[in-house]
Amino acid sequence: MALRGNLRDITITQLLNLVHLASKTGTLVVDGPSEQAYISFRDGKLAYARVGREDGSLALVLHKANKINANQYRAIVDRAGQMTDKELGLLLINAGYVTQEDILLNLQGYFTEVVRRLFSWVEGIFRFENDMLPPQDRISVRLDLENIIIEGSRQLRELEQLQDEIPSLDMSLKFTERPLTNVNLSVDEWKVVKFVDPKNTLRQIANTNRLSEIEIRRIVYGLLQAGLVEMYRPVSKPVQQSPKQFPTQNKEEQKSLINKLIGRIRSL
Amino acid sequence: MQTVKMVVTGPFSAGKTQFIQSVSEIDVVATERKISSDEERSVKSSTTVAMDFGRITVDEDLVLYLFGTPGQKRFDFMWEILSEGMLGFIVMVDSTRPETFREARSILETFRAYAPTPFVVAANKQDAEDAWELEDVRHALRLDKKIKLLPCVATDKNTVKTVLLELLYSILKEMDSGK
Repeated sequence: MALRGNLRDITITQLLNLVHLASKTGTLVVDGPSEQAYISFRDGKLAYARVGREDGSLALVLHKANKINANQYRAIVDRAGQMTDKELGLLLINAGYVTQEDILLNLQGYFTEVVRRLFSWVEGIFRFENDMLPPQDRISVRLDLENIIIEGSRQLRELEQLQDEIPSLDMSLKFTERPLTNVNLSVDEWKVVKFVDPKNTLRQIANTNRLSEIEIRRIVYGLLQAGLVEMYRPVSKPVQQSPKQFPTQNKEEQKSLINKLIGRIRSL
Repeated sequence: MQTVKMVVTGPFSAGKTQFIQSVSEIDVVATERKISSDEERSVKSSTTVAMDFGRITVDEDLVLYLFGTPGQKRFDFMWEILSEGMLGFIVMVDSTRPETFREARSILETFRAYAPTPFVVAANKQDAEDAWELEDVRHALRLDKKIKLLPCVATDKNTVKTVLLELLYSILKEMDSGK
């Protein structure tokens, strides 16, 4: 039976470690919060990876790495037709566009980046398919997993620390009195800042911007540290007065009760 | 008989049990266990694992219960249960152990998420030589100026009373403001 489970119970790092130690061959399929990822291994080494709508093709990888421009990429997609990545690679090497080393390094970099993206997934269903190998028309690599596992462990520790700092994504943000002038923010930080409003929870901001839990926490942590925003209970969320909080629902009786408590504690 | 409750929370070894002990009319019903970790045992020998429980009788119809939460994170499943129906809560922080400030902040945020009740922060062990100044503690905990940060010595009944009274004043103020 295929290895399967939930990322809440076993992290991506633990899965990679398992694949590495057992020298497994096959494909790890992960259904994440909004996209699906396929990570293939041969004898415990990373061979191939793709995520979401990206097809993980050589043309896409070289285009993302700026080795071929947008026009060249489109031309390859339109005209290469049934050509495999190996054939395309040979063509590009012979035409002098790239070297064999370029191809291997960029594929390794792309596949590693796909795995890195998975480190931020804390929710999702996974299964390991022993019989599923990388598509035959793709070029696969052989990349040791040790460094990736170490990096994943680091990110996991970071996530745990961020969860300590920002335990709930159901809180919202509001600006502090400090003005937002002369502050250099990254694109992702601006995306979050744009939605700073007591009505928006962190979860809503993350979903709108397609940010993972670790990404939203990391950005918000930075904004909190810089003193630009502060955490706030969302106004849309009704303030829950537990019926058990006071033995009476009468406001005057509640006040009288608090005054009695004040009197008693003063007299201690 | 009417009962109301307040919760005393904070990191491991912040002084929660002692705080309750100082004002409770009964011996605190403590669920303490010996500490297994060497690191934590160097701070104290036993810790609360479920809750502490103290009582102050106001009159024949009204009793205030004080619940102390376990400080160790692995018992945090108890926090939400204890926070249910509380009038307000007190976050205790050990002023001499800055390494616990980050956790205190995290606990504070967690309890704010559980219930939007008033709270105060008590900076315990203010009588110690190496205690951080209140304003430094405020900065380290990133507390807004509006949040009450009170000096406290958990073994001193008077400072404990002041902390409880300030929390009650906050509750009263919030009721007056109609929140």
